[in-house]
Amino acid sequence: MSEMHETALHERPNTPGPPRMNLRPLALALMLAVLVALFAITLSIGSVTIPLRDIGLILAGGEPARATWSQIVLLFRLPKAITALLAGASLAVAGLEMQTLFRNPLADPFVLGVSSGASLGVALVVLTAGSTLSGAVLVSGLSLLADLGVVAAASLGAALVMALVMLAARRVKTMTLLILGLMFGYATNAAVSILLHFSISERIQAYIAWTFGSFGSTTWQELRVFAPVLLLALLVAQVMVKPLNALLLGESYARSMGLNVARARFWLLASTAILSGVVTAFCGPIGFIGVAVPHMARAVFRTSDHRVLIPAVTLLGSITALLADFVAGVPGSQIVLPLNAITALIGAPVVVWVILNRKGIKETFA
Amino acid sequence: MMQPEAILTTDHLNIGYPQPRGVPRTVSAGISVALERGEMVCLLGPNGAGKSTLLRTLGGMQPPLEGGVYLAGCPLADLSARELARRLSVVLTERVDVGELSVYGLVALGRHPHTDWLGRITARDDSVIRWAIEAVGAAPLAHRYVGELSDGERQKVLIARALAQEPDVMLLDEPTAFLDLPHRVEVMRTLRHLARRAGHAVLLSTHDLDLALRSADRIWLMPLEGPVQVGAPEDLVLSGAFQATFHREGIDFDPYTGSFTISGQSAGVIELQGDGIPALWTVRALEREGYYVARERSAAPIRVEVLCHDPRDLRWRIVTPQLSRTASSIHDLLGVLRSVQSAAA
Repeated sequence: MSEMHETALHERPNTPGPPRMNLRPLALALMLAVLVALFAITLSIGSVTIPLRDIGLILAGGEPARATWSQIVLLFRLPKAITALLAGASLAVAGLEMQTLFRNPLADPFVLGVSSGASLGVALVVLTAGSTLSGAVLVSGLSLLADLGVVAAASLGAALVMALVMLAARRVKTMTLLILGLMFGYATNAAVSILLHFSISERIQAYIAWTFGSFGSTTWQELRVFAPVLLLALLVAQVMVKPLNALLLGESYARSMGLNVARARFWLLASTAILSGVVTAFCGPIGFIGVAVPHMARAVFRTSDHRVLIPAVTLLGSITALLADFVAGVPGSQIVLPLNAITALIGAPVVVWVILNRKGIKETFA
Repeated sequence: MMQPEAILTTDHLNIGYPQPRGVPRTVSAGISVALERGEMVCLLGPNGAGKSTLLRTLGGMQPPLEGGVYLAGCPLADLSARELARRLSVVLTERVDVGELSVYGLVALGRHPHTDWLGRITARDDSVIRWAIEAVGAAPLAHRYVGELSDGERQKVLIARALAQEPDVMLLDEPTAFLDLPHRVEVMRTLRHLARRAGHAVLLSTHDLDLALRSADRIWLMPLEGPVQVGAPEDLVLSGAFQATFHREGIDFDPYTGSFTISGQSAGVIELQGDGIPALWTVRALEREGYYVARERSAAPIRVEVLCHDPRDLRWRIVTPQLSRTASSIHDLLGVLRSVQSAAA
């Protein structure tokens, strides 16, 4: 057999090589540069503008022109920017994994109902907790977001759903899982709205503030949990490029090419559940980054190859999140717009564009 | 010429689906067949006979109910998924929608069982990919996006992807479905060429009986009931197995012409006079209408004469005891015959 091929290869026809890919490293480098610049800008510009030179000084441990700047950057802007960076990358990569696994261009990190689980957890804490948490709960929405009780509740809710999904994944097909996730989302939303109905307005407000989403509520202590967990799950995704590529052809073909589909599916689901669950717990349910960013990356690079898409989506996700956070902060003012509104304004046109432009979309849903 | 060497064999194989409770649903039983290197085998049988189930079982995609499948003597179940993928590849019926992937990129996916954990393409992988693309005649398509291809082009590329796995055995589930005739012939020719020149063992299921009879080295015939029968196409025709498998209401295999006739209820006997190509196609039209066509002088109540004085001026005369009419096309001819029939009824 192999000799057969050797002979065939000797008389190798002059077939053109792989499509031109020399521009890809350049585009990735450009994205990285944009990301770094955007990161610096978000540290520099806000309600108070701090010169970039002073930002550098502060990060290097030096003394800026005004002492308060150090406080502003180190206590607020830097953790917020790092949170946005990680959360954006996490949601976008989780979205890409789900779109490939479910072979559905509109799948996002939340199709499994993870964000619904987190929402239910938060709703239970914020809306029903009586005496134990009332002190924290009844103050304004912002300081409530900083309260660890909410993070714990959201994590618990997300983890519970995740466990259910992983359990179900061992028994049902991938497509069934998608529908189970959707139904679970509806059910939890119903439960939340019943809770809302019986709640007092301050608590409802606090809950709604959480649903707006924010990168600004993670403290350094929380980042110590947030960052390593997300980095680990992102690492899993980087390792999954080969299975993800095989899954482009569907599970039957992937299996026929030697992929252990059950194991690949487990790791993909675990990675997605952790990425989306942790981000939701700390930042609230942030929509559209997960569904829109993978399409942006495909449009820029014109490929479905995950060896290109995973790094591209990681960078683009971070860029999008930083940008959305920057816009939501309305630079030069004291106003802070709901983050979810901004991500929706960026993401919805992308999704519309996908639906109107993708030739294959009919076949995907057929 | 290579010595025949069985590469994929089965031993008293029962295929089907285990049921959650109760006895498994057996689709076909007692299958003992062997696929040899360098041969192209067509798997034929009516719908529901279990062609896809057999292919899935042979490809290790579903376990046999009983008996075993052996790849070069080694039980399929003993091979790891990766080992199996290096020796056996498949082309399935399910639609492939890969989004933004070039033909090269899609064929490169076939290197999956050979590449490292990152799926990096080495120089050797690259030359196998190019060889596979060239082997199916898809070289001009290499840079096109898969989404832009026609069905025929896409099928070629999927075969190239299976080829890029460098398998000993290729299993294809209805690779010619949904293709027009030229593309069907091309796919068959490509597969036959691969079997002959590259020494692959190729097994494909198809509903394209005509084409299978003309191009297969051997045929595995899967009737709705009873054992799988194996032989050269002509052997199966001569033994009557072919006719028996496909004999159903309204469809008959005609061993004289090697083609299938769609016979409705018999409309009676017609005597046909004339010869050449016009007469041949007139016979086809009449048979489609359900007539038995007698080419000799007979006592048939209806006689049709092909009047071919000039190829550009074809006419048909219909003579019955009651009337004599002339038609200027086959369509007209059939119309006249229908009115004669309804008048008689």
